[in-house]
Amino acid sequence: MLKIENLHVSVEGKEILRGINLEINAGEVHAIMGPNGSGKSTLSYILAGREGYDITEGRVLFHGKDLLEMSVEERAWAGVFLAFQYPVEVPGVSNIYFLKAALNGIRKFNDLAELDAMDFIAMVKGKMKELDMDEKFLYRAVNEGFSGGEKKRNEILQMSVLEPSLCVLDETDSGLDIDALKIVSEGVNRLRDSSRAFILVTHYQRLLDYIKPDFVHVLAHGKVVKSGGPELALELEEKGYSWVDEKLAS
Amino acid sequence: MAASNENLKDMIGQEYKDGFVTEIESDSFPPGLNEDVIRALSAKKDEPEFLLEWRLEAYRHWLTMEHPEWAFVEFPKIDFQEISYYSAPKSMEDGPKSLDEVDPALIDTYNKLGIPLEEQMRLAGVAVDAVFDSVSVATTFKDKLYEAGVIFCSFSEAVKEHPELIKQYLGTVVSQYDNFYAALNAAVFSDGSFVYIPKGVRCPMELSTYFRINAANTGQFERTLIIADEGSHVSYLEGCTAPMRDENQLHAAVVELVILKDAEIKYSTVQNWYPGDENGVGGIYNFVTKRAECRGEKSKVSWTQVETGSAITWKYPSVILKGDDSVGEFYSVALTNNYQQADTGTKMIHHGKNTSSTIISKGISAGHGQNTYRGLVKIGRKAENARNYTQCDSLLLGDQCGAHTFPYIETKQPSATIEHEASTSKISEDQLFYCMQRGISAEDAVSMIVNGFCKEVFKELPMEFAVEAQALLGISLEGSVG
Repeated sequence: MLKIENLHVSVEGKEILRGINLEINAGEVHAIMGPNGSGKSTLSYILAGREGYDITEGRVLFHGKDLLEMSVEERAWAGVFLAFQYPVEVPGVSNIYFLKAALNGIRKFNDLAELDAMDFIAMVKGKMKELDMDEKFLYRAVNEGFSGGEKKRNEILQMSVLEPSLCVLDETDSGLDIDALKIVSEGVNRLRDSSRAFILVTHYQRLLDYIKPDFVHVLAHGKVVKSGGPELALELEEKGYSWVDEKLAS
Repeated sequence: MAASNENLKDMIGQEYKDGFVTEIESDSFPPGLNEDVIRALSAKKDEPEFLLEWRLEAYRHWLTMEHPEWAFVEFPKIDFQEISYYSAPKSMEDGPKSLDEVDPALIDTYNKLGIPLEEQMRLAGVAVDAVFDSVSVATTFKDKLYEAGVIFCSFSEAVKEHPELIKQYLGTVVSQYDNFYAALNAAVFSDGSFVYIPKGVRCPMELSTYFRINAANTGQFERTLIIADEGSHVSYLEGCTAPMRDENQLHAAVVELVILKDAEIKYSTVQNWYPGDENGVGGIYNFVTKRAECRGEKSKVSWTQVETGSAITWKYPSVILKGDDSVGEFYSVALTNNYQQADTGTKMIHHGKNTSSTIISKGISAGHGQNTYRGLVKIGRKAENARNYTQCDSLLLGDQCGAHTFPYIETKQPSATIEHEASTSKISEDQLFYCMQRGISAEDAVSMIVNGFCKEVFKELPMEFAVEAQALLGISLEGSVG
């Protein structure tokens, strides 16, 4: 589904990613772990198409197409979803209106008719129930005045409504208490299926107790320094990121 | 980030869609202003003596006044001797009796604006008193309104047909000495609209006037007077567009509303005059005095305005709440793009007991636009239990524009309740990226955010006007993000 080849990315002349290679297939969950400043968030933003980065080398294929050539909306329409580390407030625009505009944008791209208003509301309310979200959130402005946990839950709600094929979760676990973490993780687990892939960007192993990854990659200084199974996350948790640095130095 | 800012610029830089000039021979006065010009104007319009005297008093007072400098706007000094004070389409000389007799070029102009009179007459059931330059060319539905006892006609006609009403009410809300531009308007006003709703009558249709400035260098000085007699109700719509021009055109209108006991006026405006080009060249100067007086108990007035046009907008639709339990409302959306400047707001002057007022102001600035809210809430000594609620929000698009708020509050009554809320927000690159990542195009995202921001005002507009207003904002902001 996603193939990252020798990806080099700079910001204002400073190289942040230095040759990333990664292959992700449908149905897989990949965790990307690393210390602060390792380039984890940059990688998420590059996949979503954020401006302000210079891609100096390499390419990214998504379903065989050149992802880096696509605009931000085109990527969203094609099935790339980024759950933001810091979800943005959109004052004056209700959650329900926002969700509908987003879903219809994607459906239009895929030559599907707009969803009937009643069906849409019933569908969204069902998903909200699963995420233990009050229906009143539908009529509040997008993320405005939401607590950190509510914002993260709202990201998962959007993800479950839009049903993307590639879900990138950027530090979704940060700022969540244990109950919220469970709810969010269950939300993600419900979406796992053979046609969908996940990239979990996280600093801590904690999230991986709830969402079991198939692969774990350790990112440091803009490179994948180690890849392995779920056991790698535990090893990392135990030994700390300095262990990676030491390995890198040797 | 830099690239997105570029995009934002493109979207804001939407060209004025109503820019064209109708070629009609104009019968105009040469530029210049003195007592003879005013006498000639009054004679041309066959006015009674009292009105000429009233104009001359205004003119003499105007000569003693200084041009006001307090507004937060900048423009070159206006030479009032360079303006022509009368212009009428030539074909008007004989006076068309019906639409068939109207110059087809005029009808074509309306069609280009998307307001075909025939369509409106037949479908919308709206009576239209269309002002083309300075003379009304078509007045419709008058018979039906007459049945209800409603008078809706051009100001000139009202002067001829109902001089007693003009004499009784003209200048009683905005006197001919009120301010620099109101005095100028009183001296030289060419035409406008007149409405009288008799006691207990609910006007059977919404009254609508489309204004249009056409001839070059012709200042347009409209005067509107609406009287809602006891227990009556009327909704009045005012919409404006103007053709594209390079010279600045001055527009100094006066609107007076008189609301008697238990009566209500709802006055809605969508203003889309030529704002000048993207470098700030050309555009209309819109210096308007609008004021309503709630004279009777439980009278109510509501001003709703959507201001997207003009190079400079300078207007403060105000309410004097004289009658006990009277209510004043002001709902405003003002958008400034490119080099547009707007200094707009309201005054709520409470005199009566238990009077209440609401102010909802939404300012949107884009490009190099400067948007100022200026509002006065004044509670007089006798206005026991007066209440005001003011909410004043600004939205910025890009980093070259400005939003300013000047709220003035004066109260002499301890039992008064005054609330003021203000906010300033920005459409950020983060917001656009977030929306786009969810599959919403940047253009739709901006439109969605701006419309969300204006929601509270749009819901006050009559349905068809609300649709027009949303479309107007859309046009103004289209193409800024690609």
